[in-house]
Amino acid sequence: MTDAPKPLSTINARVDSEVQGGVTEAEGPQMMSWDSHTRRWVVVYIPLLLFLFVLLFPFYWMGVTTFKPDSELLDFKNNNPFWVTSPTLANIKKLLFDTDYGHWLVTTMFVAVGSTFLSILASVLAAYAIQRLRFKGSEYVGLAIYAAYLVPPSILFIPLAQVVFQLGLYDTSFALILTYPTFLVPFCTWLLIGYFKSIPYELEECALIDGASRLQILRRITLPLAVPGLISAGIFAFTLSWNEFIYALAFISSTENKTVPVAILTELVSGDVYHWGALMAGALLGSLPVAIFYMFFVEYYVSSLTGAVKE
Amino acid sequence: MATVSVRSVRKAFGSVEVLHGVDVEVEDGEFVILVGPSGCGKSTLLRMIAGLENITRGEIAIGGRVVNNVAPKERDIAMVFQNYALYPHMTVLDNMAFSLTLLNAPKSVIEEKVGRAAAILGLEPYLARYPRQLSGGQRQRVAMGRAIVRDPQVFLFDEPLSNLDAKLRVQMRAEIKELHQRLKTTTIYVTHDQIEAMTMADKIVVMNGGNVEQMGAPLELYDRPRNLFVAGFIGSPAMNFVKGKIEGGIFRAGEVSLPLPTDPGTAREGQPIVYGIRPEHLRLDPNGVAATVHVTEPTGSETQVIMHLAGSQVVGAFRERIAEKPGQHLHIAPDPALVHLFDEQTGTRLN
Repeated sequence: MTDAPKPLSTINARVDSEVQGGVTEAEGPQMMSWDSHTRRWVVVYIPLLLFLFVLLFPFYWMGVTTFKPDSELLDFKNNNPFWVTSPTLANIKKLLFDTDYGHWLVTTMFVAVGSTFLSILASVLAAYAIQRLRFKGSEYVGLAIYAAYLVPPSILFIPLAQVVFQLGLYDTSFALILTYPTFLVPFCTWLLIGYFKSIPYELEECALIDGASRLQILRRITLPLAVPGLISAGIFAFTLSWNEFIYALAFISSTENKTVPVAILTELVSGDVYHWGALMAGALLGSLPVAIFYMFFVEYYVSSLTGAVKE
Repeated sequence: MATVSVRSVRKAFGSVEVLHGVDVEVEDGEFVILVGPSGCGKSTLLRMIAGLENITRGEIAIGGRVVNNVAPKERDIAMVFQNYALYPHMTVLDNMAFSLTLLNAPKSVIEEKVGRAAAILGLEPYLARYPRQLSGGQRQRVAMGRAIVRDPQVFLFDEPLSNLDAKLRVQMRAEIKELHQRLKTTTIYVTHDQIEAMTMADKIVVMNGGNVEQMGAPLELYDRPRNLFVAGFIGSPAMNFVKGKIEGGIFRAGEVSLPLPTDPGTAREGQPIVYGIRPEHLRLDPNGVAATVHVTEPTGSETQVIMHLAGSQVVGAFRERIAEKPGQHLHIAPDPALVHLFDEQTGTRLN
């Protein structure tokens, strides 16, 4: 979906720059400000608005549907599909009081926080060892970890199911907390390797001479400097485990242990009847924690992807 | 305080050997500068003394104890890095106290030691600041303060002034020298700047291509460079070299003849020789050889003249004011007592 407007905007940009380029040369400096103004609109704002529209429309649709009564929801002929005329809280009420939604949220939160914590812990140690200790074969270990990431979950869940059964974890939150790191650890490790790389090596050498052990360096020098990296790894891990579907579908069977993405799909679709209002309400409420998470940490997130540690 | 001995130390990165057997003796309390062009192995040697690089062969001893297999933190050294390596997330105070907190030193001891170091370096007003809030010179001082606080046996400096602007560099140069005179801690200092080496060192070790070319007091190196490399590296502007031969008791380079030093040493008749004379040892002499003026650079106290003589470019530094224009001739003569003769093939000193 998000890719759709891209070609359009690039074409716009190219056409525009050609046209404007010609005009600029012909008309001289007087036209420059007007040029750059239109140019900015066509090259920057219009593509941005298109992106914004494409990205936000699903959320809008989700929100609108949440508050629609069934009569409006099912009859687009007599009602504007893009607007609510008589908003209702019935869907939310149904979701919260007629299902285990609260329970699902708590489970999902527990699973996401647990697997994120585990993954970050493992990734920090792995990334630090690979990037800084440079033991023999560290590069290959790094590559092997990455290779593990390339195995699609839709294949990996079969052997993992065996493990989960053997350990007696089937239908518990721990089945998910312990399997999510299979895809979270590789990702976080690589992200953190990149981040550790940006921390000047001299700082650690200096700490080494100052008398710090490797663990002290990690705890007192590297990790405090890697906070933006840790936060973005955390956001990634949290989001991925919050939205994870296949493992949650395969390893959990009882209604009350389900996570939100699986539960709303399995519990709010009865047979071929889609309870769209409640479904959308569930999706909306389910995406709020992630959105709030991003909102608080977006600056760290951006800086970890773009910047390095500056002295 | 301690002595440092580097004995036939070799260093190889994989199959590439970068140090080919280096011997350096550092006396207790001495200020030794390792100087050389980039890639000569001076920083590698310093990092080996610090324990940040393994020693491929040979041994390094600090205070009589061989430290080849001793971890950096147990070598009782402090190092100042080129980019200062201040911990960006800690205040100046915490930066300076870091090594002491690792030792679980009592708060009173930390305060006293950091306070003393801050007083020496004039850092008291900045203790609560973060490194990013300091200027380059102040950061440099914090890095030194961090080293002082530890009261180490040996200070190691890795090109500490190369990130500073020219004026600050001169100022910090004096400060570091003064600091050494005050603390009298054995210091090993790496730089590529021969002026830093000349002005600060008790002893200079000139390195080139993984070997020690010459070791000695600054003026010793200046007065009697052992080979062409040291002769060309030490001194600014650099020594002039003219290629030629000894014929009939004088040095000849094409049309030009120059007087030999009073003691020509092992220089033989007919041997290809490089004749070295420092710019400041050339004087104006109506009976001297005629050189063509190329560029004159008056600095006020002296005038440097770039001239052409016997196909070589020669620089002279004269106290006199030079009125000759480019293209005109200037009659110059070297001071025979201060002439250096080198073998053209091996580059070694002959006189």
